[in-house]
Amino acid sequence: MTATAEPVADRAEGVAAPGGARLSGCATTELAEHARKLGALPRHERSGTLLDELERSGLTGRGGAAFPTWRKVAAVSRGRRAVVVANAAEGEPASGKDAALLTHVPHLVLDGLQLAATAVDARDVYLYVKAGTAADTVRRAITERRRAGWDALAVTVVEAPAGFVSGEESAVVSAIEGGPALPKFKRSLVVESGVKGRPTLVQNAETLAHVALIARFGADWFRAVGTPEQPGTFLSTVSGAVRAPGVVELPYGSTIAEVLDRAGGPSRPLRAVLVGGYHGAWIPGRDVARAPMSRDGLTPWGASPGAGVLVAIGDNECGLHTTARIVQYLADSSAKQCGPCMFGLPHLAHTFDRLAAAERDGRLPGQIEQLTALVENRGACHHPDGTIRLVRTALRTFSDDVQAHLAGYCLAARR
Amino acid sequence: MSATRTSSAPPAPSRPVTGPRLQVDWTLCEGRGHCFEMLPELLGEDPWGYPIPRAGNLSRGMAVPPHLLPHARDAVVSCPRLALLLRED
Repeated sequence: MTATAEPVADRAEGVAAPGGARLSGCATTELAEHARKLGALPRHERSGTLLDELERSGLTGRGGAAFPTWRKVAAVSRGRRAVVVANAAEGEPASGKDAALLTHVPHLVLDGLQLAATAVDARDVYLYVKAGTAADTVRRAITERRRAGWDALAVTVVEAPAGFVSGEESAVVSAIEGGPALPKFKRSLVVESGVKGRPTLVQNAETLAHVALIARFGADWFRAVGTPEQPGTFLSTVSGAVRAPGVVELPYGSTIAEVLDRAGGPSRPLRAVLVGGYHGAWIPGRDVARAPMSRDGLTPWGASPGAGVLVAIGDNECGLHTTARIVQYLADSSAKQCGPCMFGLPHLAHTFDRLAAAERDGRLPGQIEQLTALVENRGACHHPDGTIRLVRTALRTFSDDVQAHLAGYCLAARR
Repeated sequence: MSATRTSSAPPAPSRPVTGPRLQVDWTLCEGRGHCFEMLPELLGEDPWGYPIPRAGNLSRGMAVPPHLLPHARDAVVSCPRLALLLRED
């Protein structure tokens, strides 16, 4: 570990590349190169220093819920023998940002994990990641750090099983305990009683990478981009009808059109964009230039950035078909622990599929509405609620397709 | 200008409804039906035989009016799956 005399501000400039590429600007899998770029792991001797900085930074969780990071850190630090988990399960099929982050910038995530663990005086530190290149890369990075004496606390890697719900907070706790990676009924908050009843901080991998930068460059630097409510940059996984699908980084508040442009731009006129992943919301293609990627900005569309997933569909695709396929996937992904989800989602998927297949049955939209109301708020996790958000926004955004399908034809087939 | 009181202690992540509230642990519930038979004022039956609240949210906790509290307590102890909970903290 070598500390250079290079001023922190100069390094911050190097990291903040034009267009707001901060995490991307730190790309390296080598610890020596990481140290040269960013300097040593900052030590926050005075207890609470990092917490103050996180509060001022306004950092929010990048796993989807956008909960203020400092609040979770504060809640966990009030308990004893805390557990900290970096969550890179990324069960969402349309998301690849956590895997990309661990593959290209593993040390930044591991730095953030160390800093968060130190801030809450953790006894046990885990990294929960699905098998693959990202897991292999981060294992190598952990070994390299151990040899260099970089980390104060040892990190245990736990493999996340495949599955849409395996990254849900209570499922993560269960998996770390050695149980199945399935959501649990929460009798208390995970921050108070998580892994084996101990206060547990589960943070998304990207969130921790931002923690590592905030600890080095400060809250003011962090807030220089983004919106006042959601400062900083976010990673977005863009797929579908764009020329260069992949993971991009932009400040919060950038319009959806700007994010799509970073992924090469639309490959044809857009019908709609699914914002926030399979539990997300459909936004009409004509709105992308005025829809900002932030919680407040997307409220008029009933959407939120979630974990930054965008799926664009062109005007030759039928949004009802795409939605039907996703709803079926989500029904199949049910952990089948909770009755309304286990029975309701397959029923919902089947009914939506009949609509997508253009069955001329005018009762279908009403039946779909009834089924969404039946499963809403009735599960140990938000899987049913996320599914019905997708369905409801599909009915709204594709309302003309619904009318066409009920009349027995499909608009996409005519474009 | 009114004085604002600020607390230095950060608030914990948001909690659901306060006061006595009825919750279902959906991972335990198998739709045996005791609860909606004993508490028809608060609970109905869905098409698959599971309890459904007439108003509110059974996952995060639905409010129980004081006059129904004794019935709610009876329903809780009669659930064969121990899936019904009454939080009175």
